[in-house]
Amino acid sequence: MRHTIAVLVKDHPGVLTRVASLFNRRGFNIESLAVGHTSEAEISRMTIVVEGDERVLEQITKQLNKLIDTVRVKDIRPYNSVERELALIKVKTASLVIRSEIMQTVDIFRAKVVDVNSKIITIETTGTEDKVNALVELLRPFGLEEVVRTGKIAISRGVNTVRLSKK
Amino acid sequence: MKLSGAEIVVECLKKEGVKVVFGIPGGAIMPLYDAMYRKASFDNILTKHEQGAIHAADGYARVTGKVGVCIATSGPGATNLVTGLANAHLDSIPIVAFTGQVSTNLIGTDGFQEVDISGISIPVTKNNYIVVDVKDLASTIKEAFHIARTGRPGPVLIDLPKDVQLAHTDFDYPKKDRFLGYQLPVKGNDKQIKNAAIEIDKAKKPVIYAGGGIITSGASKELKELAFKANIPVTTTLMGLGVFPENHSLSLGMLGMHGTFYANSAVSNADLIIALGTRFDDRVTGKLAEFGLHAKIIHIDIDPAEIGKNVLVDIPIVGDVKKILQKLNEYVHEKTEKEWLKTVKELKEKYPLKYVNNEELKPQYIIEKINEITQGKAIIVTSVGQHQMWAAQYYQYTQPRTFISSGGLGTMGYGLPAAIGAKVGSPKKSVVCISGDGSFQMNIQEIATALKENLAITLILMNNGYLGMVRQWQELFFDRRYAKTTLNGNPDFVKLVEAYGGTGIRVSNKKELNPALKKALSSNSFVLIDCIIPKEENVFPMVAPGSPITKMLGVD
Repeated sequence: MRHTIAVLVKDHPGVLTRVASLFNRRGFNIESLAVGHTSEAEISRMTIVVEGDERVLEQITKQLNKLIDTVRVKDIRPYNSVERELALIKVKTASLVIRSEIMQTVDIFRAKVVDVNSKIITIETTGTEDKVNALVELLRPFGLEEVVRTGKIAISRGVNTVRLSKK
Repeated sequence: MKLSGAEIVVECLKKEGVKVVFGIPGGAIMPLYDAMYRKASFDNILTKHEQGAIHAADGYARVTGKVGVCIATSGPGATNLVTGLANAHLDSIPIVAFTGQVSTNLIGTDGFQEVDISGISIPVTKNNYIVVDVKDLASTIKEAFHIARTGRPGPVLIDLPKDVQLAHTDFDYPKKDRFLGYQLPVKGNDKQIKNAAIEIDKAKKPVIYAGGGIITSGASKELKELAFKANIPVTTTLMGLGVFPENHSLSLGMLGMHGTFYANSAVSNADLIIALGTRFDDRVTGKLAEFGLHAKIIHIDIDPAEIGKNVLVDIPIVGDVKKILQKLNEYVHEKTEKEWLKTVKELKEKYPLKYVNNEELKPQYIIEKINEITQGKAIIVTSVGQHQMWAAQYYQYTQPRTFISSGGLGTMGYGLPAAIGAKVGSPKKSVVCISGDGSFQMNIQEIATALKENLAITLILMNNGYLGMVRQWQELFFDRRYAKTTLNGNPDFVKLVEAYGGTGIRVSNKKELNPALKKALSSNSFVLIDCIIPKEENVFPMVAPGSPITKMLGVD
């Protein structure tokens, strides 16, 4: 089973190495990892997608908590959260006909064209991982030149937050 | 007043109450050594190898319960600490290690003696730091000591670039001891403690399985209270030896791979296992699927990540084992499970630890003699291998912090430097280092340190000319193919010690043992006793790897 974990960490050098080293050493697999600043000073947030059963998840959570640089760890459950991924996709446009076909697909997915020239079109999309996968697969027959994905970020619905709490 | 970074380190060490540091100087750590030369009020012991320094700090920490401190230069000095860091990490020993580093402007350039020690040491430290601004130095050291000694203790490394040691700033040692991201569970959930008490009251066949956490927490007294109140037999891990008096009728000695058969049987037949400050290591559990099959398990530990890591437990309690036991002892009712105690007693009588005590100089006999002469009151320090197991089995431990050994990492060569630290930490007690000839030669250079520092350590060399434990496995599991376990080319150890200016005594038979031990133990200097033991003596009983712990070789 896949789990999405939000990890608040102190924003200083070496934190990513520590987290990556932990996953490697304990034999946990990272499916994706996204890091960015938060609203709180000197706190970054990692969103880590991992594969494993409940027991593995429990171990990951506990081991992450043991890192001194980790401030909070929370399992984000899919049914009670919003999950998004951003992707940039470069596709070949051999002819005008093909380009308009691609544009139609882009419209259906409510994606955006962010760059275009006579040979290449660059598309931006955000959505769930499934949606991004679906768009990538639909565009594949046209000839994918390049695909960049951010990895998933996630936030709980409603009043639940993952913030720096008084520890 | 402005101080240099190096001077700040010295002042911080004073504030932390550090009495001694172990280390070796070198280019990138010269400012700190210079500051210590000028300003240190604590002892500064020069070892002959950085591994010796960190094991000495480790032995010191285990004997005193204080944080051990060691110092090394950058590059090879730092990498030589790595085994010691891993050793302390796996056994949860508080150490603060300082390493020199090239100046900040050279970091990342592959400068001379530059190595990324903070990167290298991530998996083997509780935390580590590289200080790039002298203004952060004092608070970093404060945090490092706090983290090393509290919670589940462990080694912390501080990397000190040379320019940071030389830079000046105002010195102010911070008072705060709460750090973001570092939270300590202490009290334990009261409801869970009550549940545990109910299970203990109900249990017909309870066993206490106590580990090194009892030592760390200083909970030996509380452990005894619990055992005596509900008459529960107690077995300890290698790390837990000494937390419960082995001469008491409730003691089952050590459990696990080379534990007693009665301890392993008791645990396997128990209906309740009370695991205290311990982590269900594979050397303890044997085949995991069959461990404690008939038992409910109560697991008390300060590290939440240990709960449910190897075995699923029924009642987990996270917190300081001393505080939790104090509560638990209030809730538990006095009782005696007569049937169970009878069973245990019968097991102990039927399957005692035994060896063939003939005219040969048996290693087990040597340990028994040491036990007799020191009246069980010495600090026993071991390296790793057969001698370690004999020392664990045949010496009777009655006090915590009297058995000092490398448990988790199994570091050959740990013994001598750790004994140096132990003697420095506890100068009034007899310190006996027991080592094999293989282990001894992995840090043999520290003889010089022991002699230079005038440390009265008795080193018992169990000399069988083999890497004995590996040879034993080759005999048992590899059809006696002794691949590279024969130690041809051993020196004359007596002459070797004499060359260092110390005393060596050779003991080849039983008759020579007593006088040699008496001479060594009453000496006020380092003495080595080279005991020529039977070459192919084995450690029994033994659980073969992968077997359940009740299936023991050497039990009939």
